[in-house]
Amino acid sequence: MVGRTLYDKLWDDHLVKSRDDGSALLYIDRQLLHEVTSPQAFEGLRLAGRKPWRINANLATPDHNVPTTVSERKEGIEGIVDPVSRIQVQTLDDNCDEFGIVQYAMKDIRQGIVHVVGPEQGATLPGMTVVCGDSHTATHGAFGALAHGIGTSEVEHVLATQCLVAKKMKNMRVRVEGELGRGVTAKDIVLAVIGKIGTAGGTGCAIEFTGSAIESLSMEGRMTICNMAIEAGARVGLVAVDRNTIDYVKGRPCAPTGSDWEAAVDYWLTLHTDVDAVFDYEVELAAEDIKPQVTWGTSPEMVAAVDRCVPDPEQEDDETKAEGIRRALTYMGLEAGQALTSIQLDRVFIGSCTNSRIEDLREAAAVVKGRKVAETIKQAMVVPGSGLVKKQAEEEGLDQIFIEAGLEWREPGCSMCLAMNADRLGEGEHCASTSNRNFEGRQGFGGRTHLVSPAMAAAAAVTGRFIDVRDLMEESA
Amino acid sequence: MKAFTSHTGVVAPLDRANVDTDMIIPKQFLKSIKRTGFGKNLFDELRYLDEGKPDQDCTGRPLNKEFVLNQPRYAGVSVLLARKNFGCGSSREHAPWALDDYGFRCVIAPSFADIFFNNCFKNGLLPVVLDEQTVDQLFSACEAQEGYKLTIDLERQVVVTPEGAKFAFEVDPFRKECLLKGLDEIGLTLQESATIQTFEVSHERKFPWLFAELRD
Repeated sequence: MVGRTLYDKLWDDHLVKSRDDGSALLYIDRQLLHEVTSPQAFEGLRLAGRKPWRINANLATPDHNVPTTVSERKEGIEGIVDPVSRIQVQTLDDNCDEFGIVQYAMKDIRQGIVHVVGPEQGATLPGMTVVCGDSHTATHGAFGALAHGIGTSEVEHVLATQCLVAKKMKNMRVRVEGELGRGVTAKDIVLAVIGKIGTAGGTGCAIEFTGSAIESLSMEGRMTICNMAIEAGARVGLVAVDRNTIDYVKGRPCAPTGSDWEAAVDYWLTLHTDVDAVFDYEVELAAEDIKPQVTWGTSPEMVAAVDRCVPDPEQEDDETKAEGIRRALTYMGLEAGQALTSIQLDRVFIGSCTNSRIEDLREAAAVVKGRKVAETIKQAMVVPGSGLVKKQAEEEGLDQIFIEAGLEWREPGCSMCLAMNADRLGEGEHCASTSNRNFEGRQGFGGRTHLVSPAMAAAAAVTGRFIDVRDLMEESA
Repeated sequence: MKAFTSHTGVVAPLDRANVDTDMIIPKQFLKSIKRTGFGKNLFDELRYLDEGKPDQDCTGRPLNKEFVLNQPRYAGVSVLLARKNFGCGSSREHAPWALDDYGFRCVIAPSFADIFFNNCFKNGLLPVVLDEQTVDQLFSACEAQEGYKLTIDLERQVVVTPEGAKFAFEVDPFRKECLLKGLDEIGLTLQESATIQTFEVSHERKFPWLFAELRD
C-alpha cells in the first residue's frame, strides 16, 4: 500500500460514506460555536423541527462581539452597550440553553476566543475532526486534528447530522528546515510562507507544515502557523503529532484519562505522514532566510522583511498585481520605495486567535519590559485570548509589565482583529497588529493594518514605528 | 433552497482581484441574527462614501459614483463578473447572503476561495469558474456594450453570450443536482441516518475518548 499523508489518515478515519458523485460524508467529532455564525443555524433547526444529532459534540463561547473593557464587562451580557451586539451574544446564550449545549459564557473564566479555548480545555484533541463557523478553525490542525472553517449552512448541517458534506482536498507540504534566528517567530514563518505562495497558493489544499523549524515550535507557535493557513487559501493546516503535542494535551480538563489516555496516545502517535507518502505540491523555505515580517498592503501576501521597502508597482510585470499594489498603496497612504521602518504608527494591537496565547504575551512583554510606549502612539492594547490566559499572564506579572509600559490590559475576546466590538481603528490610522487580516476596513473604516508578530508589535509600540525587534533585543542584552 | 436551472441577466464587471469577504459585507453587518436584509450593505465600503451602520436607512447615504454598481447602466444586474480569488477571507455566509439579497444569481470568476465557493451553493447562488482569458473577453464585451447579458445554463454547464458563443464550465455533480432541484441538503443527509449511526457506533468503539462528556 502506498504511504498516506496525515491528511489522508484523518480523512480515512472519519469517512462515513463516499458517494458516486465524488462528494463524501465526513463524521465530525467536535463543533465549536460562537455568536456570529450560529444564530441562523439554530433558527434553521427550529424552523425544520430538527434536533442536534449529538449535543455533546458541541461547545460554545461568545468571542467576536464581547467588549474587552473591565467596565463594560462586569455586568455580563446586560452590560454590553451596543444593542445589536448584545442581542447576538444573548441569542447564543438562549440557543445553548434551549438545545442543552455546553457554553463558556461571558462571565465564565474559561470564556475566550473559540480557537484559544478549544485547545486550552482539551476540547480539541489530536485525531479529531473539528469544525467551526470561522475560517480560522484551521488553528486546531496544530494538534494533528482535521479542522475546517465552515459557513452557517454547514454549521446547521453538522448540528443536525454530525456530518459535513466534503470533497477530498489535495495534499500540500510546506517544509521549513533549519533554525529560526533570534527574534524570528512562528508568525514570521507563516507570513513568509504566504508571501511566497500567495493568498490563493493553497486553495483546494490541506497544507501540512513540516521540517525541523516547525518541529521545534511550541504548540502555541504551531497554532499561529495553522491559524493562517486560510490566509494562504487553504481551509486546512496541519502539523504532525509529536511529544510536544501530547505534553500540551495531558491534564487538560476535557482530555482523556486513565486507560483511555493510554489508548489515545498510542493512536495519536500514528498521526504523521508516512515516509513514502506523496504530496501534490511541495514548498520549501529555509528558516535561516526568514526575517521579522511586516505587511505593507491590503492582503496578507503583501508582506516583506522589516529591512525592506514598500514595492514599486511600476516594477511589477503582471498588470493585475501592479494594479493591486497601486490600489493598496493609495489605501495605505504609502509611497513606493518607502522603507518599512519609516511607517509611523498610531495604534498597536496584540491579540486575536493568531497571537493571544500565553507565549505570545510573554514574547511581547519581554520586549516592552522596562520601556515605555512611544508618545506618538495613541493606543496600544493587549487582549488575552481567554480568561485563563489572562489569569496565567497575571500570575506571571505580565499584566504589570504591559501596564507600566503604557499598554492597556484588556478582557478576552476577538477585539480589534475584526472590530465588531468597540475596539477599532480611526480612518487613516496605521496599526501594528498581531492579527491575521489586513483587508481594507477590517480593523475599522479606513483603518490601515500591518500584520506582525507579537515581538514586532511590542517593538513598534515602544518606538512608534516599525523596527527590527532584534535591534531592541541587542540593546537590552 | 432556491433552485437554479438557467438564468439570463445583465452583467456587472467588478475589475479587481482578491475581493475579500470583508469587502463583500463589512463586519458591522454581521451582528444581524437573520439571513436576509444584507443587500443594501453589499460592498458597503466601495459603494458608499461614509461609514455604514447596522440597521441604517441607506437611501440618503453619499454614493461612490465611480463604483460599478452605482452606475445607472448597471441597474438591475444579476450576474457578477469578477477577477481571481473572489471571496477570500472569512467563512461568513453573510457574503453570499448579501449577493443574493442584492439580486445576484451568479458570480463568474477565474477562481474562488474555497469556503465562499462552498457557501454559494447552499444559497442558490451559482459560482462559475471560467479561464482567465475568457473572463478577460467577457470584461471587454461587458464594458463595451450597455445592458450586456449572459445566460448561465446549469443543466448544460455553459455560459452563453448574446452572440451565441458558448463557454463550458465544470460543476460537481452533487452540487449541480442540489442546485437544479433546490434540494435541502440536510434532508438528503438525514436519509442516510442509518449509515451515520453505524459509523458512529464503530467510531466510538475505536475512539471512546471522543465521546466523553464535556466539562460544563
